[in-house]
Amino acid sequence: MNKTYAYYPGCSVEAIAASYHVSTMEVAHKLGIDFAEIEDWNCCGATAYAHVDELLANVLSARNLALAEAEGRADVVAPCSACFKNLYFANEHMLDDADLMEHMNYALEEDNLHYTGSIKVHHLLEFFVHEVGLDRIREKATDRLQGLRIAPYYGCQIVRPRKKGQVMADVEEPRFFEELIEAIGADVADFTHRLQCCGASLVVTNRKAALAMLREILDSAVAAEADVIATACPLCQVNLEVYQSEVNHEYDTEFQVPIVYFTQLMGLALGSKPKKVALGKEVVPVAKALAQRQE
Amino acid sequence: MQFGEEVMNLLYASEGKPLSRCIQCATCAAVCPAVDFMDYTPRALIALINADEKDEVMASNTFWTCASCFACSERCPEGIRPAEMMYALKRYSIWKNQFQDGLVGPDFSRRFVRTILRNGKSYEPGYAPAFIWEGGFTGALREVQIALKLLRRGRLPLIPSRIKRVENLRRMVGRIMPLEGLE
Repeated sequence: MNKTYAYYPGCSVEAIAASYHVSTMEVAHKLGIDFAEIEDWNCCGATAYAHVDELLANVLSARNLALAEAEGRADVVAPCSACFKNLYFANEHMLDDADLMEHMNYALEEDNLHYTGSIKVHHLLEFFVHEVGLDRIREKATDRLQGLRIAPYYGCQIVRPRKKGQVMADVEEPRFFEELIEAIGADVADFTHRLQCCGASLVVTNRKAALAMLREILDSAVAAEADVIATACPLCQVNLEVYQSEVNHEYDTEFQVPIVYFTQLMGLALGSKPKKVALGKEVVPVAKALAQRQE
Repeated sequence: MQFGEEVMNLLYASEGKPLSRCIQCATCAAVCPAVDFMDYTPRALIALINADEKDEVMASNTFWTCASCFACSERCPEGIRPAEMMYALKRYSIWKNQFQDGLVGPDFSRRFVRTILRNGKSYEPGYAPAFIWEGGFTGALREVQIALKLLRRGRLPLIPSRIKRVENLRRMVGRIMPLEGLE
């Protein structure tokens, strides 16, 4: 029997980033991976929760990890970089600090939960590359994306802060996103701003700062002649896509860069119809960029 | 207690070195993507903290302009973690209810926490009152247009979704800190 992985969707994928969720499920289906959504999961706290109290932020992740453990899972996979970072580091902190673990378990009693620390947390993108493996993906990929130039946008929290045992190169020169793009038969558009911040919640709290940051990323992707930017986080996708018109308004630019989730491109490469990977809900149209590559 | 020490005490799990180690090399300022929008660079803010200039620090917009990208924390040659320090300052500022007038960040963070305590999940449209008028009337109009585009594509949730055991979650949080202070 196949191993089942706990899937932590995160709040964004319920509406604004529904395409990410739909395409993730489609790709999992194509690759024969069993994802089981954690029952009654709660918000990870994003960054705003940690602004108020660090323990408070940890207890939110502790509940999600405890729920997955109670369901008998060994791994939790999160598609959102902020959720991933919160789950991953809450887990690490609890493992490193027995007092914190005890404190969290005292709080978890209120929901009849207990966490022992057995869960491994993965970001969805790294899960595909490192757990599923590029060979398995390459094997199933068609040549549908041949010639499509994809800019792999890592953003921040998938690689930073660095994890235990990682060195500077893991943070400064990651290659796993590029490797995945090559494995699905597309071309990598190497762009300078692949690890620069999208502005995250500054789009709400300091709009001008966020637009300046977004402009640089879009500029860099255009300079690299990217057909499309692939993202691995709902916040990155929404900022780059939905606020692209605001960048154009602020800077008198004419950006029309399609921004998709990497799973949507994976799905296409694996033979899924565009509808199956929820293409068509974009504010910046994607169809034209993809048209010449599809039957 | 020195202010710097007070700030570091708000960092429960961070493994960063004390701010007193700062050599003012400005690597943090050089790698910060939001530095142009801060009144003090991260380097200057650390200098102020180390000089115990608490009022000057609390009146600054710097920590509320940090996007948590962690570039500074990865590159500080002295092992200080400025991004985590920014979190600590945000907490301190919310805790003491002391921040620069007109900032959206504190209101946004409080709304966020209240939403999670009510529903167990986030609800994006609920944060709009924190920022909708920032760009004036025309800004608000464009904001509405963006919302409509998302709505037409089924990307805006009309009602907040709620977890089943939200009461248990609230009691869990209550074991960490008094709920009255958060709501």
